[in-house]
Amino acid sequence: MNTLTILPGHARDGAPETFEALSLKPGEILAVVGNTGSGKSRLIKDIEQLVGRDSVTGRLILLDGARIAPANRLLVSDRLVAHLSQNMRFVLDVTVAEFLRLHCLCRDKAANLPASVIALANTITPEPILPGNSLNLLSGGQSRALMIADIAMVCDSPIVLIDELENAGIDKKRAFGLLADSGKLILIVTHDPHTALMASRRIILEGGAIVRILERSKEEALLSGELDRSYERQRALQQRMRKGERLI
Amino acid sequence: MPEKMILFSGSSSVGKTAVLRRLLPYLKEHGHTPMVCKIDCLCSEDAALYCSLGIHAVSGLSQDICPDHFLVSNLPELLAHANRHACGLLFIETAGLCHRCSPATEHSISGCVLDCTASFHTPARLGPMLTQADFLVLTKIDMISQAELELVRGQLNRINPGAVLFPIDGLAGYGIEPLGDWLLSLPDCKSFENDRLRHSMPAGVCSYCVGETRVGGLFQQGVVGKIEFGDDL
Ligand SMILES: Nc1ncnc2c1ncn2[C@@H]1O[C@H](COP(=O)(O)OP(=O)(O)OP(=O)(O)O)[C@@H](O)[C@H]1O
Ligand SMILES: [Mg+2]
Repeated sequence: MNTLTILPGHARDGAPETFEALSLKPGEILAVVGNTGSGKSRLIKDIEQLVGRDSVTGRLILLDGARIAPANRLLVSDRLVAHLSQNMRFVLDVTVAEFLRLHCLCRDKAANLPASVIALANTITPEPILPGNSLNLLSGGQSRALMIADIAMVCDSPIVLIDELENAGIDKKRAFGLLADSGKLILIVTHDPHTALMASRRIILEGGAIVRILERSKEEALLSGELDRSYERQRALQQRMRKGERLI
Repeated sequence: MPEKMILFSGSSSVGKTAVLRRLLPYLKEHGHTPMVCKIDCLCSEDAALYCSLGIHAVSGLSQDICPDHFLVSNLPELLAHANRHACGLLFIETAGLCHRCSPATEHSISGCVLDCTASFHTPARLGPMLTQADFLVLTKIDMISQAELELVRGQLNRINPGAVLFPIDGLAGYGIEPLGDWLLSLPDCKSFENDRLRHSMPAGVCSYCVGETRVGGLFQQGVVGKIEFGDDL
């Protein structure tokens, strides 16, 4: 995969999107921003499903300039795209160990991988996940951590779609570090300027449509360092608060 | 006679109608004339919905009869009806009852619709409706994670390796096109004569099948099965 191209569809009110073709390359990080309900998750889903004008947005996704035949989409998507959806919960009634065993089986991974996946997940969630836990009873933060570790170790796809990292009480910077292997194409949906500035370009959505695409400016790159320091400070305070200590 | 008889079976509220209301207009746009027969037990509003989409629809209410038995008993009449209305594609939507039966016949194209948010253990319990299907439709795929969808697909593949799988988001219509194209690509059925059920229906007519309501050994006649507890005296 050398380029992923998004061709315009239409807004929720039917008005056509005004950008030309939007081409994305491996190694690039893009942020997807906009009000709640503006269509960020839908854009991510369009990419995961490699849609061919058959989603609500009417967009068309091309890989290396070509349309993917509907019959092949699933296989191609499996191979290329990993999607951390906004969903904070698993639905299936299996244990964590069973989930990972089956997922490794689907992806031809070593049978001993699940233990490492759980260990990795437990580095980003303070409440440990156990192999015997029911998948659909994990807390939001635990689910999120397991989804991230699963994407990092079991999927290893060249395109990673992340629909919000911040709202699960996990360490977002560390989680992002796990997912953001260099050489991958990463799209991250966010409401947080600090996260958005990790990206070199940001896609702005409104009313279901892509309305703007902005490059990160030099000034913004400087601001990014400032936001990072305040994020670290916030994290340190959060830890003390959780331990029941005085914050000052 | 119709060119194809296509069965959509699946438990209640898995999304059979949601898929058909997208699929049938797609087939119509491509120059085909589909009709639907909805088989239900007590009542159904689905036929009205299909009619509002400009698609010919009838409903069959099985009332006191098992809906799968009822459907098989009505197949010749249904085919003749589709023929009278010049409908080339006869779709039959049925929820079945206990999932021990499957009304699939050798001449039909048989599909089973499954809700991927239901229990991971449901498919293993479904029996011939799933194991002998030609195609499987997975609905509500937008509700689960990509990894979970992979697991569900892997499991269905183990249970029925020959079936073609179609994940569909019925609300948005995603996935309808491959399903429609695949159905159309199958050869037409030249004749529906001498059709047979793929799987025999369960043995037995007992007193409860014919309306008995009293409980107790005295009232049990016909084919009666008993649980083996293994600790009998
Ligand atoms: N172009 C479009 N046309 C029609 N419907 C759309 C379009 N884009 C998005 N939608 C629909 O609008 C709804 C909200 O969109 P979506 O969930 O993507 O918002 P979001 O930006 O992710 O919001 P949040 O920040 O709350 O997660 C969804 O049901 C989606 O399918
Ligand atoms: Mg969203």
